[in-house]
Amino acid sequence: MRPLKVFSLVLIAWIAATNLISDAWAARQMHSITDRSLQIPTVEQLTRVLTLQDYNTRVVTIGVTLLGLAAGVIAPFLLLRKRSLVSDTLSHGSLPGICLAFVIMVAAGGSGKSLPGLLAGAVVTALISMGWLMLISSWTRLKQDTAMGIVLSVTFGFGIALLGIIQKMATGSAAGLETFVYGKTASMIASDAKMIAAVAAIVIVVTVLLFKEFTALCFDQGFARSQGWPVFLLDTLLMALCIAATVIGLQAVGLILMVAFLIIPAAAARFWTDNLRRLVIISALIGAFSGWLGAAVSALMPRMPAGAVIVLICGFIFMLSMFFGQTRGIMHRALEHLRTVQKVAHQHLLRAMYENLEGRGFMQDGSISLDVLDEAVDIEDLLDKRSWTMQKLQNIIHRAVKKASVRALLSEGKIFFTKQGLEEGRRVVRNHRLWEMYLIAHASVAAGQVDHEADRIEHILSSELVEELEDLLEKRSSRIPASAHKIS
Amino acid sequence: MTMSLSTVFSKDHATDPGGAANQHQKSPLFVHDLTVAYHRKPVLWDIDLEIPEGKLVGIIGPNGAGKSTLIKAVLGLIPTASGRVLIYGKPYKQQRNIVGYVPQRESVDWDFPVSALDVVTMGRYDKIGWCKPVSQPHKLAALQALERVGMADYAKRQISQLSGGQQQRVFLARALAQDALVYFMDEPFVGVDAATEKAIVEVLHELRANGKTCFVVHHDLQTVSDYFDWVILLNMRVVNSGPVNEVFNKENLEMTYGGRLTHLAEAAEAFTQKMDIKS
Repeated sequence: MRPLKVFSLVLIAWIAATNLISDAWAARQMHSITDRSLQIPTVEQLTRVLTLQDYNTRVVTIGVTLLGLAAGVIAPFLLLRKRSLVSDTLSHGSLPGICLAFVIMVAAGGSGKSLPGLLAGAVVTALISMGWLMLISSWTRLKQDTAMGIVLSVTFGFGIALLGIIQKMATGSAAGLETFVYGKTASMIASDAKMIAAVAAIVIVVTVLLFKEFTALCFDQGFARSQGWPVFLLDTLLMALCIAATVIGLQAVGLILMVAFLIIPAAAARFWTDNLRRLVIISALIGAFSGWLGAAVSALMPRMPAGAVIVLICGFIFMLSMFFGQTRGIMHRALEHLRTVQKVAHQHLLRAMYENLEGRGFMQDGSISLDVLDEAVDIEDLLDKRSWTMQKLQNIIHRAVKKASVRALLSEGKIFFTKQGLEEGRRVVRNHRLWEMYLIAHASVAAGQVDHEADRIEHILSSELVEELEDLLEKRSSRIPASAHKIS
Repeated sequence: MTMSLSTVFSKDHATDPGGAANQHQKSPLFVHDLTVAYHRKPVLWDIDLEIPEGKLVGIIGPNGAGKSTLIKAVLGLIPTASGRVLIYGKPYKQQRNIVGYVPQRESVDWDFPVSALDVVTMGRYDKIGWCKPVSQPHKLAALQALERVGMADYAKRQISQLSGGQQQRVFLARALAQDALVYFMDEPFVGVDAATEKAIVEVLHELRANGKTCFVVHHDLQTVSDYFDWVILLNMRVVNSGPVNEVFNKENLEMTYGGRLTHLAEAAEAFTQKMDIKS
């Protein structure tokens, strides 16, 4: 996953959602005398809705929560299969189907409002647009993103045109259709919610059952095929689940923003874990939470488009995850970087102390007596070793004292090794010199140049690599070789 | 299962003039007249091979010679224009459970959220079956496979935190977990550290000692004679296929690589000298 790409996607969804909400606000301004639906709800109302006490809000909220759960469960696989945006093509491709289904149902004498009928139409054209997408990718040399752009815009444009025609039709009952574009939970009735719940349950069960198969498909399809797994069938099934989740989300979230519901929960969850099972669970929880809260908010403020609210909540969770995520968040990385910087500074201090003592005639021939622990090192002397400022050096010493590798008499400007500090210092000096010797002997680097290289590598040499170096340089004893160059 | 397989096989046998299938039942890989083309441009041309059992087989040839393509065609991963491939006398489709595969390391996204053990467990998926969770015995088998490549300590490690060589060993372990008779490995030695190279060679020897056959796409001509006992010299067609000491010589290498790569010819010369010293 490229963080920048995901970030920009989230940003686009966010902007779209805020636009919708400001539209809603504008609408409220116009109707403010008669319509008070956007007023801040009372605490009592809030608790009633959030705890599902009214029958109507209960079915809607449960339905949308399950939808979020289903979207969250399927989302990680779309992300890992790098198919996240295909769902956007599918959802836009469903609009002509909705319109055509409406026309057919009206022509057949119905009201055209049956949700299963409309969604069946949505599935048909979503499938057609997926087929079209696959044809473009396999028959031409156009890239997937170009193909998606073509299919998405053309099908959506066709749908909007149909919508315009329908609104001009005499029946006049077509007004409800555009709720599929932006999503409106208020238009949901109990039977709709039940259908959503049923499809969501199927999506979740199938995904859980095929967890291992989807994992293999997403990780290494070549291997999966060599094992005789029907990769094409699994891929189709994954897309079918994606279509199912998209279509049941059309009414509540709307086709423009549904894609966000199939991307953001997984993208946010990725910041928290490196384990696929946990990824799916966290993603499902984020989806369910956003669905639940979004449905509740939209129940309290019917003018607030539910899809926008849901996506905003998802986006908010994404931002939080991006900064505070436990395994990949920005904070976590920054902290890890800081820890490395501090470790490097700490080891540089120890090596500087060691070399200072060595320069004063202690530890001759690399042998060490514990008397060294009583030998003071002047902080002033250490300042010349590196481009440390006094302030910085004092900070480093302060942390080293905390780590118990150094004792300090700051009033006299003197510091001492502790036993533990001496051992680590020895190890770092040894790593440094082994690497220098290696560079000189095997990489033909001049002795004057090796110090800088070794300075960076000394902190990260693994014990395995040190053993290899020892073998190579025939330095089996744990003694410390003399420096390859003059120590300043 | 075995019933249906044997019926299919006997039918196959019946339609096979001269009982060629029967003849090749002992051979882990029999290829006849195999041709593969990408966008109408042939990549492999009229490949004929018959490899004896229990050999370590190096597949050698210049870039674009179709080495990986040969493996993929044998495993049915890419469509073939013509020809037939038999694994122990039967088409690959019927022999999947005795074939192990190590794809090129670059073929997957190593940032995937799974551990080393999870990847190796994928080698058991076929034995576990559809929709069933991974049970303890299969997990143990996967752990043992990791142990055989010296990676048991890294079982829980997320795969992006492994070095390139360690990732390669995880792929090898996954193939070992398949518990196959014939292994196909696509460039397992490319870009790995010394420890990994040693581990792979040890595994290859162990496999041979157990009567398994391994096909290994290989680049480094210097090590061919040390690692393999059979070579397939490939450059769109089979230049030669046979025991290393008979086939791996300067003349054949020049034919395989054309006049293009002189330092490779030198390598061959060095090898011939080495052979002279041995004999």
